[in-house]
Amino acid sequence: MDLQNFFAMGGYAFYVWTAYAICFIVLAVNLMLPIVRRKKLLRELALKQKRLG
Amino acid sequence: MFLIPDSIGRWFHRMASPPHFYALTEQLLPWLTALFWLFLLPGLYGGLVLAPPDYQQGDSYRIIYIHVPSAWMSLFVYVLMAVSGAIGLVWRIKLAEIVCISSAPVGASFTFIALVTGSLWGKPMWGTWWVWDARLTSELILLFLYLGVIGLYSAIDDKRAAAKAVAILALVGVVNIPIIHYSVEWWNTLHQGPTVTKLDKPSIHISMLVPLLLMAAAFKLYYLIALLQRARLELLQRERNAQWVKTLLKDN
Repeated sequence: MDLQNFFAMGGYAFYVWTAYAICFIVLAVNLMLPIVRRKKLLRELALKQKRLG
Repeated sequence: MFLIPDSIGRWFHRMASPPHFYALTEQLLPWLTALFWLFLLPGLYGGLVLAPPDYQQGDSYRIIYIHVPSAWMSLFVYVLMAVSGAIGLVWRIKLAEIVCISSAPVGASFTFIALVTGSLWGKPMWGTWWVWDARLTSELILLFLYLGVIGLYSAIDDKRAAAKAVAILALVGVVNIPIIHYSVEWWNTLHQGPTVTKLDKPSIHISMLVPLLLMAAAFKLYYLIALLQRARLELLQRERNAQWVKTLLKDN
């Protein structure tokens, strides 16, 4: 496989790669957001529990 | 629940109980993630490298491998959201409410991706980023329905009441689903007709079809993973004062 040809996408590189980039960025953010928020919530709840008892 | 045998009813009740669901998802997620990569990587390789360029559209058609799966998922997730909303509405099962609301951001993402990648495909092929035709407009309405569900849920403080309101909105919006699906047949539009989901032979070559189906499976697994992560957060937020959460915190 010729890498240069692969990235050129027959002249459609801008459209193809922008589409793939946006797709995977949106999907990645969508997955990371709830994980980060849940970890933060767990930390807060643990802290609260420690203070109370 | 008189139609369902007692043992199955009890089993279902236990599966749907928040602590059980939380523990089960933790065990399931690594397997689902592994399976997701198992479909995604060959799908991408097959679609971007192995499949030949289209005889009319050249390499630009390769956007199909993300455009079509995300468009399919935008409809699938909406139906699932409405169905789980209805189950929550009728039987007041907490987990069904959570599946309903947790589906909305994932579905909105798929809809957004379908619209944006479609636009990026339309520009070189149709010569325009956007047309107000039936397929594109009804898909845009789908995005607004998802955003409406998310907005409505966050606007109501009592989450059980919010889940009810959201379920009704989701159910009303279901009329849009067949409109999107059949829009390319009912109206004369710029958007091409279906190539895969036809009852007779799909009009797409096998070397292009296989990566497309692999990507579709990968997107479905992504939805499951994202849904479970959202559901875990939502469950924890709602049940923050429950005994099982206190036990969970103590164990960590």
